[in-house]
Amino acid sequence: MLPTPDTSHVAFERVYEPAEDSYLLLDTLSSESEMVFLRCRFGGNRADATTTPTAAGTVPAPFVVEIGPGSGVVVGFVNAHASHIFGTSSVLTAAIDVNRYACAATRETVRKAAADVTSSSSPSTSSTANTTSSPKSGTFLGAVQGDLTAPLRDGSVDVLIFNPPYVPTEELPRQPTATDMVTSEAAPTFQDDSYLLSLSYAGGADGMEITDLLIGRLGEVLAPRRGCAYVLLCAQNKPEAVKQRVRGFGSEWRAETVGSSGKQAGWEKLQIVRIWREEQESS
Amino acid sequence: MKVLSLNFLTCAVKACKSTSGAYPLHPKDAELVEDDLEVNSDLLLNIMPRIDWPALSTTATELGFPSLPAQPPTKEELEADEKMLRDLHHLLMETQMMEGKLVCGNCGHEYAVREGIANFLLPAHLV
Repeated sequence: MLPTPDTSHVAFERVYEPAEDSYLLLDTLSSESEMVFLRCRFGGNRADATTTPTAAGTVPAPFVVEIGPGSGVVVGFVNAHASHIFGTSSVLTAAIDVNRYACAATRETVRKAAADVTSSSSPSTSSTANTTSSPKSGTFLGAVQGDLTAPLRDGSVDVLIFNPPYVPTEELPRQPTATDMVTSEAAPTFQDDSYLLSLSYAGGADGMEITDLLIGRLGEVLAPRRGCAYVLLCAQNKPEAVKQRVRGFGSEWRAETVGSSGKQAGWEKLQIVRIWREEQESS
Repeated sequence: MKVLSLNFLTCAVKACKSTSGAYPLHPKDAELVEDDLEVNSDLLLNIMPRIDWPALSTTATELGFPSLPAQPPTKEELEADEKMLRDLHHLLMETQMMEGKLVCGNCGHEYAVREGIANFLLPAHLV
């Protein structure tokens, strides 16, 4: 088991606390089957045809973005254990959250998790002949405050990770704008904190209003050849309908459940759907 | 936020996204800090094919760094050129923008950067 990032510094009264959904993402991204998929596509296993070496031995570093990282436990995990998961530490990571406190928390979680991996591995690896230590972690570019994928350049993301606000609610909370208190200097009130937390879980009709927006943008934001996304859904989100929607984007689109937890009467309470495009077979 | 971030970020206004002026965003009143990190040449070599070189050149010049060569170095050139490797490492990996603004060349909107976190939420009239 790879260690889970430390989030003890995070103010959980205004930033979503890691829970079963977060841990399902960690378990899924580090599962054998997903590591095989990610290594084939982005690094370790260069025999696979879906990688696109530009020169002998060079596979372009994947750009991994988590939308709505909250505490940063998932992106912190992926970044810290990049070489284990991707088969290479040449991985760029970033995060986007509407909540400024979540952005700051994520940055610290990522920093701590990477430092923990480095310190725990240095005594044994220093004995190798190579003079430069081989890092195990990826490179975190930063956390920015924003609305889903809005700040990202089209076609830029290789791996998108999204643990959405998926709880069905009567209505969506007001979506924050640049002038909202989420960006002000004043200390947040109890009401402010409740509002920030509501943004992290309240999903509107079927809990799908925000996730539907994100899925609608995947075709633009994912890298045309290699891009893929991991999206968490709960049973009330009607996951089969979500997968059908994605497959309707075109014959190259795929959507499959690659991780699940909390079986209840045959229903997976939570599941991770991987969304990607398969190279078209040319005959 | 690392300078390399600017290679992936664009104006958040929907109507701007398809315009050439919205990328790269232009740093203004930028306060930079420099981390001291070990050079990782493998990482730099693997990042090179991901970089939009003209955009990076614009960013480097606007932040006051020496201008980059017109064409991106090839893998072989970079492997043989210790100085260029160090310069790129310094620009991409070690330099962070902590304060200032990122300006869209199309609509002119300024995104504030405070304590290393850029705010791409839009004012209500632009959403």
